[in-house]
Amino acid sequence: MKLGERAVQGFLAFCGALSIFTTIGIVAVLLFESLQFFRHVPVWQFLTDREWSPLFLEKHFGIAPLLLGTLLTTLIAVVVALPLGLLSAIFLAEYASPRVRGVVKPVMEILAGVPTVVYGYFALLFVTPVLQKIVPGLQGFNALSPGIVMGIMILPMVASLSEDAIYAVPQSLRDAAYALGSSKFQVALKVMIPAAFSGITASVILAVSRAIGETMIVAIAAGQQPVLTANPLVPVETMTAYIVQVSLGDTPYGTLEYQTIFVVGLSLFALTFILNLVSHRLKRKFYERYA
Amino acid sequence: MRIPDAALGRLIASQHRRERWFRVLAASAVVFALLVLVVFLADVFADGVPRLNWQFLTSFPSRKPEQAGILAALAGSVYLVILTAALAVPLGIGAAVYLEEYARDNFFTRLIEVNIANLAGVPSIIYGILGLELFVRFMVLERSLIAGALTMALLILPIVILASREALRAVPKSLREASYALGATRWQTTRHHVLPLALPGMLTGIILALSRAIGETAPLIMLGALTYVAFLPTGLKSPFTALPIQIFNWVSRPQAEFAINAAAGIVVLLIILLSMNAIAIWLRNKYQRKYQW
Repeated sequence: MKLGERAVQGFLAFCGALSIFTTIGIVAVLLFESLQFFRHVPVWQFLTDREWSPLFLEKHFGIAPLLLGTLLTTLIAVVVALPLGLLSAIFLAEYASPRVRGVVKPVMEILAGVPTVVYGYFALLFVTPVLQKIVPGLQGFNALSPGIVMGIMILPMVASLSEDAIYAVPQSLRDAAYALGSSKFQVALKVMIPAAFSGITASVILAVSRAIGETMIVAIAAGQQPVLTANPLVPVETMTAYIVQVSLGDTPYGTLEYQTIFVVGLSLFALTFILNLVSHRLKRKFYERYA
Repeated sequence: MRIPDAALGRLIASQHRRERWFRVLAASAVVFALLVLVVFLADVFADGVPRLNWQFLTSFPSRKPEQAGILAALAGSVYLVILTAALAVPLGIGAAVYLEEYARDNFFTRLIEVNIANLAGVPSIIYGILGLELFVRFMVLERSLIAGALTMALLILPIVILASREALRAVPKSLREASYALGATRWQTTRHHVLPLALPGMLTGIILALSRAIGETAPLIMLGALTYVAFLPTGLKSPFTALPIQIFNWVSRPQAEFAINAAAGIVVLLIILLSMNAIAIWLRNKYQRKYQW
């Protein structure tokens, strides 16, 4: 092989390997700083303490409030996105004409492409004021409004991936159900959704992972109070919002407070990584079955 | 067993009713999603468009909302996206070419593939943490334009790779075989035959990836781009701000006048993103028709 060819191949291989270096970089950075952190704070305290107050005089380092805040906003998002996304998917896959699909899908893509800081603006300055007229006791910062907006953000993802899954179900199954005299409703609910179930689950898990990692909406509209509550009407703080809060302040490099963003980041990374992996596995198995 | 005609009729009628309701329900889910988009856009345009004027586009940030503008943020975003593209596009296409045209199906290749899929799902704020430690601290690039661009490049790299691979896969095998049969090397085949045909498809994906980079906020906050920047970037190591950062800054302030500035900033951001999307779709349609096999 000529030298030039070899050089090109070497460069291309380097490009391919770069993604591996990125992953190694992320894990190394998170682990390195987290280990520094765990030298001062025992792991069990991090996992069991019910308070998170690294920026106060009396410091507590329990991840629970941040985790609960994250799960609360994520749960609200899923409650919004799952039914709407699934119904949209059924509509697009079973009912919509090609022309309607041709219009709806790109518009859904726009919804997915809106920057999250813009969604944050909507959550804080549009959805919260509107909700305050309906829901008594809803505070200016709360989990409900960013949760709902986050649900709208992940809706296109649930819809599009679920539709792919429904589409992947063999036509013969659909034909068989129709031949037995089923209505569209019965085919969709009793044949297509059960057949596409693991594919749909994979899409929902991926959407959950996206919601957990979502930052700007919650940083803008959910507040900055790490409290252990499941009340969606009061301010909470998510893991991502905490990381933003610390990096906006002047936390000196190398301090324990600085290290907290890495330990929270590590928790976030681990959580989303596991969910992505599960989703990926489910999806692969699903598409293998019908391939 | 024989069902009486009347009962059967009722059964079928109730089936039909349910069928109609379900169709309406499914359609209304889609309508709701589209309606939300329309309401959001109408709200932000109603608030933001009256504030849009030449002064707003050509002024630096200010403590007085009516004197503030997005010049520094706009310039920062433009520089940032150009630098990000310069870094991510060659690397991303390189990786895609490697995986599609060169790599054998071995452990290393599969590792890269799984890894890219995983990286695409890592929250953007984690990339910010990586950038903060690796580029800002370790490589001592400070809170500079180049640190921001490097971070953004890593962030969009998986998207660029995935889109480029898809475009490469769309080029038929027969073309490559014809080239090899004439004695061309692998790189000659790739460069002269495969890449030119795949480029339009790649371009579409790349534009979409770059529009993601323009809208990203969290990684830049991590790098410390949220500072009062009243000057244009002067070089790679210059401090900077960007459009979404400026919007975030204004949204976070309690005064209603700043919220209006944020809305106006969002209008500008959305117009930029929509035009990029339009270009991407136009490119896709144009070349889809031209080459068909």
